[in-house]
Amino acid sequence: MNNTVFFLALLMETILVSNVVLAQFLGICPFLGVSRKLDSAIGMGVAVIFVLLLATAVTWPIYTYLLYPKFAYLQTLVFILVIAALVQLVEIFLARFVPALYKSLGIYLPLITTNCAVLGVTINCIDFEYNFVTSLVYAFGIGVGFLLAMVLFAGVRSRIDESGIPQSFRGMPITLIAASIVSMAFMGFSGIATGIFGISI
Amino acid sequence: MKSKDILFNGILKENPTLVLILGTCPTLAVTTQASNGLGMGLATMAVLICSNIAISLLRNIIPDKVRIPCYIVFISGFVIIVGLVMEAFVPSLYDALGLYLDLIVVNCIILGRAEMFASKNTVFHSMLDGIGMGIGFTLALLMMGSIREILGSGTWFGLTIIPSSISPIAIMMLAPGGFFVYGCLIALVNTIIRKRGGTPVDKSNGCMGCASFDACRAAGTASEKGGCC
Repeated sequence: MNNTVFFLALLMETILVSNVVLAQFLGICPFLGVSRKLDSAIGMGVAVIFVLLLATAVTWPIYTYLLYPKFAYLQTLVFILVIAALVQLVEIFLARFVPALYKSLGIYLPLITTNCAVLGVTINCIDFEYNFVTSLVYAFGIGVGFLLAMVLFAGVRSRIDESGIPQSFRGMPITLIAASIVSMAFMGFSGIATGIFGISI
Repeated sequence: MKSKDILFNGILKENPTLVLILGTCPTLAVTTQASNGLGMGLATMAVLICSNIAISLLRNIIPDKVRIPCYIVFISGFVIIVGLVMEAFVPSLYDALGLYLDLIVVNCIILGRAEMFASKNTVFHSMLDGIGMGIGFTLALLMMGSIREILGSGTWFGLTIIPSSISPIAIMMLAPGGFFVYGCLIALVNTIIRKRGGTPVDKSNGCMGCASFDACRAAGTASEKGGCC
């Protein structure tokens, strides 16, 4: 019971309060690049959730049982290589066995290797000293938070495209300022996890 | 291309942060204080110069098919070295940068320069390119950090600039302030480019300048209009 409450609070914290994109600034590149259309935003978001879960499930045991404590300093190098290899494997696997899924998610996979959210989350799981299950819940929450931010922002951007904007602000500047406002809206959630569940993360 | 042009290319004409809009995560995340921005910029510059030199030296040896993983190994090796040096000599900055120091590995500027410049040019030119791009990135981060620190807490490098009787705009130190200041800076740079008769790079279209451009092109998904966006 206690665990369930903790996981729910952790999910709410990662999805709403400290949203991966809007509060922690991880994965800004795909957030700004791929959020122009709703379907590509969803595709990217789902691909990120998938890779995040896989990457965490693989890197956590590697760190805990192989690297720690003697080779802990190799963390960054090992993690990024594992993530890169993993993304490649997933791509090959999907292309061979699930071509329908590959068609919709395949184009986002090469981009995910350089998505700092993936490396950031796997390192955070170690830094926060989460156990295996908590790490997976954390990764899932971060992924859903990413998807939520992408989908919301795709809606915001479709409005921006139709409005008259001063010439200098067209394109990236107005997108960033819109992101600032969305981020401000998310600040309204601060403290909600502690308020509802009575525990602080 | 002359050496001088390569050096200044990264500082002004193709400033990675403000013109090409690469490496956005650290730009937004660590610039709550001018000193953090400067530290992050210098750390990234060190990694960029080293990786550019190493990759340029080995550009004829690294097989084309596995070049991206090779680049990543070099880059993360240098990131580890820079991280260990910073932990030993500037522990306060190391703590302030935290996770984002490790994330230099996935900074698109570094992989982008490896792919677009160092793998095709001589060692000396690659080093100059690394220095130029590094200075451009550092200056942009220093500028972001200065604006946010002065507006957000009334200080600059810890020195009080705005008297405490005027209450600072605290939101500048928080996430929304980061997005806002970055957006305004890019708009300013776009205006300057246009005043001087150029056309600003429109990142909202096309895959050019994206670090994953070559990966996507190999997969056949990149296009003028952007494969994934």
